[in-house]
Amino acid sequence: MNNKIKKIIPQLITLLFVILVFAFFSINASINMDTRGIDFGFGFLSQESSFDVQFSLIDYDGSYSYYRAYLVGLLNTLLVSFISIIFCTIIGVVIGVARLSPNYLIRNTAAWYVEFFRNIPLLLQLFFWYYAALRVLPLPEKADALLGVSYLTIKGFYIPSMIWNNLDIFIYSILASIISIIFIRFYAKKIQESKGKQIPLVYISAAILITLPLLSFLFGNVSLSFEMPVLKKLAKTSYIFEGGISLPPELIALVLSLSLYTSTFIAECVRAGIQGVGKGQREAAASVGLTPNQVLKLVIMPQALRIIIPPTTNQYLNLTKNSSLAAAIAYPDLVLVFAGTALMQTGKAIEIVSITMLTYLTISLAIAALMNWYNKKIEIKEK
Amino acid sequence: MYKYIKQLFTLAGIASLLFVFACDNMGGDQSKGKSKTLKNTQSKGFVRCGVSQGLPGFSNADASGNWTGVDVDVCRAVAAAVLGDASKVKYTPLSAKERFTALTSGEIDVLSRNTTWTLSRDADIGLTFVGVNFYDGQGFMVRKDSGITSVNDFQNGISACTNIGTTTELNMRDFFNSRGISYEPVAFEKADEVVAAYDAGRCDTYTTDKSGLAAQRTKMQNPDDHMVLPETISKEPLGPVVRQGDSVWEDIVRWSLNAMIEAEEYGITSSNADSMKTSDNPAIKRLVGAEGELGAAFGLDNEWSLRIIKQVGNYGESYQRNIADPGILPDRGPNELWTKGGILYVPPAR
Repeated sequence: MNNKIKKIIPQLITLLFVILVFAFFSINASINMDTRGIDFGFGFLSQESSFDVQFSLIDYDGSYSYYRAYLVGLLNTLLVSFISIIFCTIIGVVIGVARLSPNYLIRNTAAWYVEFFRNIPLLLQLFFWYYAALRVLPLPEKADALLGVSYLTIKGFYIPSMIWNNLDIFIYSILASIISIIFIRFYAKKIQESKGKQIPLVYISAAILITLPLLSFLFGNVSLSFEMPVLKKLAKTSYIFEGGISLPPELIALVLSLSLYTSTFIAECVRAGIQGVGKGQREAAASVGLTPNQVLKLVIMPQALRIIIPPTTNQYLNLTKNSSLAAAIAYPDLVLVFAGTALMQTGKAIEIVSITMLTYLTISLAIAALMNWYNKKIEIKEK
Repeated sequence: MYKYIKQLFTLAGIASLLFVFACDNMGGDQSKGKSKTLKNTQSKGFVRCGVSQGLPGFSNADASGNWTGVDVDVCRAVAAAVLGDASKVKYTPLSAKERFTALTSGEIDVLSRNTTWTLSRDADIGLTFVGVNFYDGQGFMVRKDSGITSVNDFQNGISACTNIGTTTELNMRDFFNSRGISYEPVAFEKADEVVAAYDAGRCDTYTTDKSGLAAQRTKMQNPDDHMVLPETISKEPLGPVVRQGDSVWEDIVRWSLNAMIEAEEYGITSSNADSMKTSDNPAIKRLVGAEGELGAAFGLDNEWSLRIIKQVGNYGESYQRNIADPGILPDRGPNELWTKGGILYVPPAR
């Protein structure tokens, strides 16, 4: 009994202090806001925002609420983070593997790439891509068509948009093929465990993934057409493309700088992971007669991934938080739209900054949870 | 066990005492009688003034860090009145987004940064506007060769560069919305970024207050390639702002500005101010401190306004020096005195 209380009391006191410190800051804030005539409250979220946003994934204009503006910013942040994470992972893995290449030229080019991009501050790279690189792009009327259908201009990247007929049937067909692939994998594993026979899984999966959606085109009345961007004259010397999808140059610059910068760190994680697997593992695997592909797939990668995943998670988190640099180049992310314009128009600094901080915290924790789950899944199962 | 409980109570007691003391010391911004901001300013020896990050004619720093402009002159006038020396100002360059937080959090004491006076800003966010030192309106800048000569030439799909956190963003929406034109707003945090983007061709038009357009045009690569459209789409009364809750400081800033305008009205300039002490007109004598006790109401001496006029000049001199001479807006338009066809009209200093 005595011992238990001895242990609990210091913790209680610490807790009390923490609560008091929080109370001190909140009371301080509320008193100061009171003397300066600033109200505290979240009622503004339902008010009409009355400002427009350049680029939005959901329906939005100034007649929607501030809450909707928050969603617009949040989705734009998630969009740019999602695209950049995919690109930086692909580039990072390629560069990381290239750094271990036996070829002198490939190995050193990769090393130079890593040293160059990770040693220049991200904001500077962002400014370079936005103010220097993208600004030399042609005006819309002078742009040449890329692949005949898309245009890269100073006002944005214009690509054809897809117009689906019976899109739902197409999606069902893809879902159906994914489910059947999972079943086949399960079955293949069973066969291998019981009979030692291997089924060419990759080919079968690819065949299913192509055939089922194709059938939906032939029999499901699914069709796809493209809407092309068309040049439109605004004034004597001012043009724009209409129709299709337009990607703002701000988004392109942001994705470029975030993925190039973060990919260098991921490349190092990948290199460390592969080098972290003992040489003996590779040799032992080869000596039992596995092909080089099998060695990589069955022996090296499962062990390397365990080393790669935790630091890579950190890089994903960094990338997501770094996306807030968007505010510097007018990409309407959460910081620019909500902690920028909305904050200025409402003056609700404490409320908006807290919401923004909580949002970033939630995004980061969600990514961390996902990566932890994956890490758990691939870790050594000790029996 | 008893010992630990005793310890716990002692510690909790100390903590709550500290807490009560701390709370007691907070929020003491209001003191009776003399203005706390005035007291702080006088003990620091300089006026803390928030200005723009560089808007020629309004607040702009030269290569050696000297600030000039009509907004800067308001800060200098306050410093001359309160501290006796117009140069005793500490300038804090602020973006549109940062400006109000800097003021309400006490980082600066006067915000003189081409800020539009609106109801919601005045009433909602703990600010008080003390007057208008420039009557402005929002306009559009386009490239001359675009063939656009009026806002009626705007078509669907036009892209417009502007600043975030400004009334400009809201007016722009009202304007395009009421005309049923779809547009692409491209909003940057810093004015320099907006200008660079527009200049490079990212946007078809650049919109902000017309004075701002005129001033920023001088920064473009080829100023002559651009023009400001004739239409004005909003009212933008720009003026200095102070924190809510210190009415004496509010009065000092308001009357420092008013003194400059009234001095012009009575023809008092920086060069003739001293000789005006012997004028026959009592209004002039009051303004140069030769009669009455005007300064006492703010806790200042009687020559506060004389110092403003001598060190900073009257409003007309400030306008001439900062806006007309550099060729930004040679025509004073509404910013002319009410006696000369403008709308500058201030209450009498008496």
